[in-house]
Amino acid sequence: MHYTFDFGWLLEYWPVLLKGIGITVELTLVGGVLGVSLGVACAWARALGPGWLRPIVTAYVEMIRNTPFLIQLFFIFFGLPALGIRMNELEAANLAMVINLGAYGCEIIRAGIQATPKGQFEAGASLGMSRIQTFWHVILIPALQRIWPALSSQIVIVMLGSAAVSQIAAEDLTFAANFIQSRTFRAFEAYFVTTLIYLALAVLLRQLLRGVGWTIFPRRGAASRAR
Amino acid sequence: MSDFTTWDILRNLLLAARWTVVLSVVSFVGGAIVGALLLFMRIGKGRAGPAFVKAYVEIFQGTPLLMQLFLAFFGLGLFGIDVPAWLAAGVALILWSAAFLTEIWRGCVEAIARGQWEASSSLGMGYVQQMRYVILPQALRIAVPPTVGFSVQVVKGTALTSIIGFVELSKAGTIVTNATFEPFKVYGIVALIYFCLCWPLSKSSQILERKLNVAHRNH
Amino acid sequence: MSLIEITEVKKRFGDNEVLKGINIDVEPGEVIAIIGKSGSGKSTLLRCINGLETIDDGSISVAGAQLLPDEIHLKALRLKVGMIFQQFNLFPHLTAGRNVMLSQMVVKKTPRGEAEAMAKKMLERVGLGHKFDAYPDELSGGQQQRVAIARALAMQPIALLCDEITSALDPELVNEVLAVVKELASEGMTLLMVTHEMRFARDVCSRVVFMHQGRVHEIGPPGEVFAEPRTPELKQFLGML
Ligand SMILES: Nc1ncnc2c1ncn2[C@@H]1O[C@H](COP(=O)(O)OP(=O)(O)OP(=O)(O)O)[C@@H](O)[C@H]1O
Ligand SMILES: [Mg+2]
Repeated sequence: MHYTFDFGWLLEYWPVLLKGIGITVELTLVGGVLGVSLGVACAWARALGPGWLRPIVTAYVEMIRNTPFLIQLFFIFFGLPALGIRMNELEAANLAMVINLGAYGCEIIRAGIQATPKGQFEAGASLGMSRIQTFWHVILIPALQRIWPALSSQIVIVMLGSAAVSQIAAEDLTFAANFIQSRTFRAFEAYFVTTLIYLALAVLLRQLLRGVGWTIFPRRGAASRAR
Repeated sequence: MSDFTTWDILRNLLLAARWTVVLSVVSFVGGAIVGALLLFMRIGKGRAGPAFVKAYVEIFQGTPLLMQLFLAFFGLGLFGIDVPAWLAAGVALILWSAAFLTEIWRGCVEAIARGQWEASSSLGMGYVQQMRYVILPQALRIAVPPTVGFSVQVVKGTALTSIIGFVELSKAGTIVTNATFEPFKVYGIVALIYFCLCWPLSKSSQILERKLNVAHRNH
Repeated sequence: MSLIEITEVKKRFGDNEVLKGINIDVEPGEVIAIIGKSGSGKSTLLRCINGLETIDDGSISVAGAQLLPDEIHLKALRLKVGMIFQQFNLFPHLTAGRNVMLSQMVVKKTPRGEAEAMAKKMLERVGLGHKFDAYPDELSGGQQQRVAIARALAMQPIALLCDEITSALDPELVNEVLAVVKELASEGMTLLMVTHEMRFARDVCSRVVFMHQGRVHEIGPPGEVFAEPRTPELKQFLGML
């Protein structure tokens, strides 16, 4: 093996990487927030919603969970214009991530809702709260607390999966790496550095999500101990 | 506009789907073998073994599979050989699957060990005997549903190998789209084929899990 | 007119007829103890009165308003009748004070300040004014149950339903909860309680209902029911046979 590693290109190309990081972070934040929201809505529909809505949500969840993200992305970006639905690369990437996380989030959050003791629903009802009010004020936060570790892992998985959006030319971190390697012919180094950046992003994201958990769930362990 | 009938499209995609299946099976089986080796390193005594596996899992679960594919593709290339896409794809997917499987299985072993360790220690068994006769047989049972569930991730993971040029179902989708200019139809069919591959696996994982839960409750 | 009128109420779970025609009229300010063997339908009756179960036949009316199983009527009913559960069912993610404030703000749209003042007042009333900021898992069982009572009281109900509210408590914590209930009774609150505390029933209640196999088997003032049970079932239940 007669190969000398060369990272000199970093001096010239770091702004490209930085821009890519920015897009990846933006995709993750938007995808994370909207995706979890969609997941909550779908989990509600599947666990507690009206009967006619459940099969629709189930079909959506199963469809997404059993097809690759890349194909979902291609379908949205290349396929949907056939129906007159057009969007730019970033919009398509964002939409795909929200839809993807929404489906996985739905299943995870639903498990949290189903682990809720029946008495919580009854206490809400006996105080005169409607079903929606009970869900929103009483059930949701402890349910999220129960599954927060699983949901956090899924958000990290979706962030890492976002590397695929480079394939519809959304200019994320992977796109930056592709761009750099095409200019410098230093493919291995470019992807190596990019991989390290992803690793750092994953670690940071996990910390961030832990922090979010600490703020929205004031009582750690309370949900598990309550009867 | 194009000479492709829906039947032509479907036939081409199905032919390519064979490679998705082959790559999935190879990756899953290879990943299981490497994953098992890693598992023994992880739960073994020693210090270096567990630390190595921890780092391994951290890296493979903390970076995009796509990056791993690129690194395998260009990394193997550094050895001066002309790396075929299928080789890079297989290597990356095996290593990636191994990380996830080893982590899933470790969870199962620990779930069993928590309750059974003391019981079997008190019977005077050694570490290896405990593993061999008490922990692993039970862990194996509860490991089946999540392992089957993970196979779905492997099948979906193979889609990314299209990006480094391996011609499987997703790549075929792109090729056929470029020939027919019917992305809606083609990617719709591609998605449907993936669904047909994955859904039975997802479903059986769920059913196995439910069975296991019922069995456990009856104890 | 009685405050709560229960007329020929029937309730089935599948083929299992749990309530087989219950008739009870509760006057304002009455304290009624419901006793009976496990499975006799005591909980089911209370749950029907609170609309947690729908009845199959008969009628229940509270303060002259018929209980109907739609959200508007149910909400109106639940504003009049509070319920306290064996397992407390406090909301684990909210402090004691917020537990008491929540339904006021969400259901009655009480402004926060007012709801907070009411919560303070009600927690004082059950002797827990100092626990406003404590989370449920920082409270003993007896304290949790008292918060649950405060939470129900904050909705200013005209009657309270209590289903074995001391059964999940350690013996030494039972009295602090019963003391609160006794206090409420003396203030004129209408109470319907399922209980195994026979002494409490004798001392505090105006009437005792003995349920047996889904029917009101005997009913009367505690003096009569406890001292001169008429049926062998009640005698057996009271350990007199
Ligand atoms: N949700 C339900 N589904 C089916 N059967 C039920 C349900 N709730 C109660 N039952 C049945 O109704 C009967 C009466 O139950 P209920 O809880 O009212 O009894 P109880 O008098 O409160 O008993 P305990 O003293 O044990 O609390 C029991 O046979 C029980 O199995
Ligand atoms: Mg009961």
